[in-house]
Amino acid sequence: MKNKPNYSREHIAYLKKQRNKKIIVIVSRVLLLVFILGIWELCAQLKVIDPFITSSPSRVIKTIGELYTNGTLFFHIGITLAETIAGFIIAVALGYAVAVVLWASDTVHKVLEPYIVVLNSLPKIALGPLIIIWIGTGYDAIIFMTVLVSIIVCIMNMLTGFLAVDKTKLLLMKAMGANKATTLRKLVIPASLPVLINTLKVAVGLAWIGSIMGEYIVSKAGLGYLIVYGGQVFKLDLVMTATFILCILAGGMYGIVSLIEKKVNKTR
Amino acid sequence: MLTFKDISYTYHTSNGETTAVKDLSFTVQDGQFVSVIGPSGCGKTTILSLAAGILTPSSGEIEYGGGEFGYMLQRDALFSWRTVEQNIFLPLEVKKRNTPEMRERAIALAEKYGLKDFLKKSPNQLSGGMRQRVALIRTLAAEPDVLLLDEPFSALDYQTRLEVCDDVQGIIKSEKKTALLITHDISEAIALADKVVVLSARPAHVVAEHEIDFGDGSPKKRRECGNFAATFEVLRKELGI
Repeated sequence: MKNKPNYSREHIAYLKKQRNKKIIVIVSRVLLLVFILGIWELCAQLKVIDPFITSSPSRVIKTIGELYTNGTLFFHIGITLAETIAGFIIAVALGYAVAVVLWASDTVHKVLEPYIVVLNSLPKIALGPLIIIWIGTGYDAIIFMTVLVSIIVCIMNMLTGFLAVDKTKLLLMKAMGANKATTLRKLVIPASLPVLINTLKVAVGLAWIGSIMGEYIVSKAGLGYLIVYGGQVFKLDLVMTATFILCILAGGMYGIVSLIEKKVNKTR
Repeated sequence: MLTFKDISYTYHTSNGETTAVKDLSFTVQDGQFVSVIGPSGCGKTTILSLAAGILTPSSGEIEYGGGEFGYMLQRDALFSWRTVEQNIFLPLEVKKRNTPEMRERAIALAEKYGLKDFLKKSPNQLSGGMRQRVALIRTLAAEPDVLLLDEPFSALDYQTRLEVCDDVQGIIKSEKKTALLITHDISEAIALADKVVVLSARPAHVVAEHEIDFGDGSPKKRRECGNFAATFEVLRKELGI
């Protein structure tokens, strides 16, 4: 259906219009960014705003250059990225496993439900001091924080997905004499794949919150550390730079998940 | 042979108990196509679940000569992440009989009934009628001895329904399967079956049984028969509508 060569003139015009619209959106996005950065830079150059407090795009670029030359740029990026990805993977994997257990046993689900609800609404940063005392101030404490922040949503999301599987299909499996394990493998896991992708998307955002929050509390390195340190010594260039890099990394990670989503949707 | 002997079944929920079926008795002979009709909500699906062993009767006895059941549902319940072929293999995988020989037989069956060009396609690319045909072949793939059909045509539009009705009955007859069809559609019940069992409102029990033997056995011919309208009237009165 997609590659019909003999389109009518009307349809060609329609396609052209659609494409133009797409181009306008993309160009506008870029222009908006350029515009904001331009105004920021201009105001800083003309001293309308104080670049010592607000920094400026050129100062951010200069700071990136400095971090690069003294060799710490990729060190900090690497540490935060590693913590985030480790926390993300553990949270999703563990959350998935817990959701499977809750799906398999209605009783366990009912027993644990209030605990999950309370844990979900608890602001995880409240556990900061406990984490430091229990786990220490190393990278594992930050990964633990990342897992803590993201896992509950992973569990709840996946469980909702598992329980939303079509009743007719469940009856079909039952009529074939399938046990729980077979039903899980043949029906529930593949049927809830879109939910998994959705969970990945939510978990990416939460993992970043967790790792940066963790670094605020305990770290000696990483982008969150740079932000806290920059704030303390009033080096706003450093704060802006680290924030800027975070934007790019978080956007990139989300982009990867979106790519996976597109690929998965194609096979369905 | 499948015999229901004084079967009763009661559902229990926290709001109370409901007797869906009471003292129900009827027999399905080997190779026979039996339709069960009744007013909506009379516990028809319960009867199939009892026959398939998904539910255990509260009292009474189901006698069954042995062999396997195949269940065909109201909606086709095809898995969109599998191709038509993989959907047909599903019961083989679940029943751990996924041997090359069984797969070959399933494929042969699918090809025999016009699914050859669709095997590698996604069910989403198929029409409603075609999907229901795939669902039937999937049911037959595990080579069941008795087919339990739970209003398998009710989700289709009228025209497709007449077509698929003919289609499915033809396949079941030529494969010489025993079938128990649950429906609320009087004309469907008459057109398809060798015997129609009429149920009462809940709790369901048998009001009447009719052997249908006019026409040449095809649903289409039977609908054209003079006796069709008369039988329809009789059943309609028995159902109280």
